[in-house]
Amino acid sequence: MNRSCPLTTRQIIDEYFIENRTRLLELAAFLDRLRRSADQAAWTSDFRMQAFSRALEALAAESADKVSQVQLLFSDPTTEPKPILDEKSASGAWNAIGAALEVS
Amino acid sequence: MYYIEMHGHMVSRTTDDYRDMAMAGCVAVSEPAFWAGWDRSSAKGFEDYFRQLSEFEPKRAAQFGIKHVTWLCLNPKEGEDRAIAAEVLACIPKFLNRPNVVGIGEIGMNRVTRNEIATFNDHVQLALDHDRMILIHTPHLEDKLKGTRVTIEQLQNFPRIDPKRVLIDHGEEHTLGMILNAGYYAGVTLYPNTKVSVARAVDMIETFGAERITISSACDWGPSVPTAVPQLMLEMRRRGHSEALIRKVVFDNPLEFLMQSGKFELPRLGIQLRSASAAD
Repeated sequence: MNRSCPLTTRQIIDEYFIENRTRLLELAAFLDRLRRSADQAAWTSDFRMQAFSRALEALAAESADKVSQVQLLFSDPTTEPKPILDEKSASGAWNAIGAALEVS
Repeated sequence: MYYIEMHGHMVSRTTDDYRDMAMAGCVAVSEPAFWAGWDRSSAKGFEDYFRQLSEFEPKRAAQFGIKHVTWLCLNPKEGEDRAIAAEVLACIPKFLNRPNVVGIGEIGMNRVTRNEIATFNDHVQLALDHDRMILIHTPHLEDKLKGTRVTIEQLQNFPRIDPKRVLIDHGEEHTLGMILNAGYYAGVTLYPNTKVSVARAVDMIETFGAERITISSACDWGPSVPTAVPQLMLEMRRRGHSEALIRKVVFDNPLEFLMQSGKFELPRLGIQLRSASAAD
């Protein structure tokens, strides 16, 4: 087992619980905000939110290395270069359908 | 404790930021060329930018006892335009012998297109032709994994490259291992929202060890904190890490990396060039 953090479990909880409780509430509030949207559109069809939902499942699962798992859930897993620049900025999650359309 | 800011876009920052960094222990800043937030309309615009990096910024930093070194290139966000890339690449050599120019960077990919890869490879060849070190940007968010993989794959096509003279920056949990395993220096950037928090950066040091890892703020024109590196130092102390380990990631590692350029010295701290022949 990797013991590279010098703090004990109790010390880590004492030090980091409050700030991570805050983050959890921010996530909850974000999800509630979506349900109060002006157009009531379904957010589950958005590719970013689909990755987001999978990331939430990864957080709740009993497994190690959660941060790498979450990173991979948002990442483009391919290595084939894009033929041309589509847009300047990344969106935060890989759009598998958009990528398929780009190739076809 | 002294520290070296390994990646700061100081042209976007105020003189007050230099002062605050100096007061927090910063003794040197390494500034890669980057995207201004808008595409430049001609290679002449880059030439002026390279003059700013090699003439004006070193003087501004020196007012606060900060050594300023820089890296030149056409950045990844503008790498799609092959015509302007060719013009910019042609004008870089005349700046390479300036005293504070340590290498080519930050080159790399943005959305990992064919043109971006071609522009990246041209820059690598330029660095090799002039025996310069290389600083590499890896893409943001969902493109980071792919961009890092393709970057390492492309570098393998250049057998003359010494991996220890290359820093691949903006490493995160899913890319740091592949950068270090390939023998390169790895940068971690403390940038709000799109990159790494100080807590996660310390987690990465705990997970991957401190060898060949550098930490920087990557402060620029976006939301960013020029004194983020001292914040990381505080976070490491909060967890009980030794002063020696903190010093290794914020000072010793960047110093070892930059000293390879033959142009980096901190005379005030007794750190001089290894030999006269190492300097241009």
